[in-house]
Amino acid sequence: MSTLALRLNGVCKKFGRATILQDVTLDIPAGERHCIIGPNGAGKSTLFNLISARLPTSAGQIELKGENVVGLPPLEINRRGLSRSFQITNIFPNLSVFDNVRCGVLWTLGYRYSFWHRLGKLRDARERTEQVLEQIGLSQRRDTLAGVLSYAEQRALEIGITIAGGADVILLDEPTSGMSRSESDDAVALIRRVTEGKTLVMVEHDMSVVFGLADRISVLVYGKILATGVPTVIRANPAVQEAYLGKSLSRA
Amino acid sequence: MSAPSRMAGRTLLGPIVRGVSQAWAGWVAWAAVIVVVVAAPLFINKSFFLSLLCRIGLMTIFALSYNMLLGQTGLLSFGHAVYYGLGAFATMHVLNAVHGGIPITLLPLAGGAGALLFGVVFGYVTTRKAGTTFAMISLGLGEMVASSSLMFPHFFGGEGGISGNRVTGKGWFGINFGTQLQMYYLIAAWTAVCIAATWSLTQTPLGRMANAVRDNPERVEFVGYSPQWIRYLMVVLSGFFAGIAGGLTALQYEIVTAEVLSDYTSGIVILMAFVGGVGSFSGPIIGAVLITILQVAVASVTPAWPFYFGLFFLIMVLYAPGGIASIVAEHRAVWRAHLLSRLLPSYLLAALPVTLLVAGIIAMVEMAYATVNAVERGTAELHILGVPLDGAAALSWVEAAASIAAGLFLLSLAGKKVSQGWQDVSAVLRAVAVETGP
Repeated sequence: MSTLALRLNGVCKKFGRATILQDVTLDIPAGERHCIIGPNGAGKSTLFNLISARLPTSAGQIELKGENVVGLPPLEINRRGLSRSFQITNIFPNLSVFDNVRCGVLWTLGYRYSFWHRLGKLRDARERTEQVLEQIGLSQRRDTLAGVLSYAEQRALEIGITIAGGADVILLDEPTSGMSRSESDDAVALIRRVTEGKTLVMVEHDMSVVFGLADRISVLVYGKILATGVPTVIRANPAVQEAYLGKSLSRA
Repeated sequence: MSAPSRMAGRTLLGPIVRGVSQAWAGWVAWAAVIVVVVAAPLFINKSFFLSLLCRIGLMTIFALSYNMLLGQTGLLSFGHAVYYGLGAFATMHVLNAVHGGIPITLLPLAGGAGALLFGVVFGYVTTRKAGTTFAMISLGLGEMVASSSLMFPHFFGGEGGISGNRVTGKGWFGINFGTQLQMYYLIAAWTAVCIAATWSLTQTPLGRMANAVRDNPERVEFVGYSPQWIRYLMVVLSGFFAGIAGGLTALQYEIVTAEVLSDYTSGIVILMAFVGGVGSFSGPIIGAVLITILQVAVASVTPAWPFYFGLFFLIMVLYAPGGIASIVAEHRAVWRAHLLSRLLPSYLLAALPVTLLVAGIIAMVEMAYATVNAVERGTAELHILGVPLDGAAALSWVEAAASIAAGLFLLSLAGKKVSQGWQDVSAVLRAVAVETGP
């Protein structure tokens, strides 16, 4: 059990009378790269919102590293080592790129709400921030305001803020959406780099990204998990082909 | 990046020389300010000027404390007078209770501590929500506290307020703050301490996370922080500095009335922070200096000063939402790129229509006041800078209207030149940025 990073058991989400997620059960071992795919409106982002407590869960258990986290606020889940990115870029537009990433490292390094430390003298925060900037390729842009970065740079920053705190379970919500082919290739390389040795759960539409990156794949259709398995199994699953992937799968 | 720094950047030592010279320029500027502040009374040792300078000091602290909320945490408060006023009352009560048991120099801390305690209680209520809700709650709380001043006359002294005497003895070396000059140096010292402290706060983890809450409170939750707790701490700390300003106010005037808690006081600090510029640390200082001087200067020549203040605020919000600090910063960038010469001709061109417009507006406002007051004064005639006007004469109104109309028409022409100049300049600045950029 202790090797499970995430364990979802009978997770449901209802908005009024509409059921968005129904009895989602999923085990993700530590260190796995897990992709969640499915058609638009299948509930992928909602599932992320439940795991990260952005939305309250209607029923079921969500265990993070063996501990039930349903009902905890987002910041508690983050402090327990789960960090997420957002499908729509969610950064601090009027802070510099450097400050954006540093905001992601301060809590983990124990500075909390301190008003007695000088930021400029926090060597560990600076070094960790510089390391992340190096990883996401934004070292040259460190003093630029985040709000004026290009779209692809903002997506990279989004990932940078997410991983900065050193969480070992990383949720990425469509990190390559809206990117060109080459930008998307860079993003995949970046994701590989920064999630080395960590558990990665990722929602993704781009099949070449999914099949290139994932150890296992779950297919979510109409709020239910249709199948979970290694890429070759998913590719060969007739129900998956019929329900969702169809021809695009054989092409991918 | 500006042209001079580009040139400096060509040598290996460039960046270092540049960094040192900029830091050096900063220290020189601060040293100059300190010299001016210390030496000012030697040149204008009139009590009117000294008390004006004292008021500037108080308002600087108050405006800086306000900007900890608005500019740094994104909290629009309509009730900041609560902390300023309660700090003033707390200080006055402590002054009257201890009879010199606490040195006067430290007494503003009593105001800070009192306001901080109220912040601990009130902040818990106000910071539950951000945005419009926070603004509305702060307004309600401001009204509540202001109206309590009449409900609890024992604490607030009712209509007459409470007074005290800051001179509690002979003091060390004769410094007992009996004179305005000694009080001036006390306020100057506290202002310096508060500027340094509020600046330092912007350079701490809490200060930076407050900026993050301002930008995007939701994301803050997903990096492990509670936006609500950050808002709460900032309200409490901002209350502390507002309380120090209030405490100095109590010592300066030796009387505290309900006015310090009023919506007018809450309003004027918004005006100062906004006109100066909430986006930069120094903005509220500029605003406090300018608005306090205008308050005294304009109010001494015309009863219509609140009207002019409102108009000024309106124009700033519409045309310079970044405040004076951002106007200065933009022009400094242009100046460093040696491009100011491209803007100045259009500014000179705009000067005449602006003068016509302003003159016309002032004439109309003053004639309106003169007409209203004509019953008492017996005449509606007045002179503005030697120009005779008569609120009862149609011709004067036609002249004023013509001046406004001509001003507006010419300004619409000159305005095009100004915006062309700016487009021109910013295109060059962008090109330079691309050329020297990453």
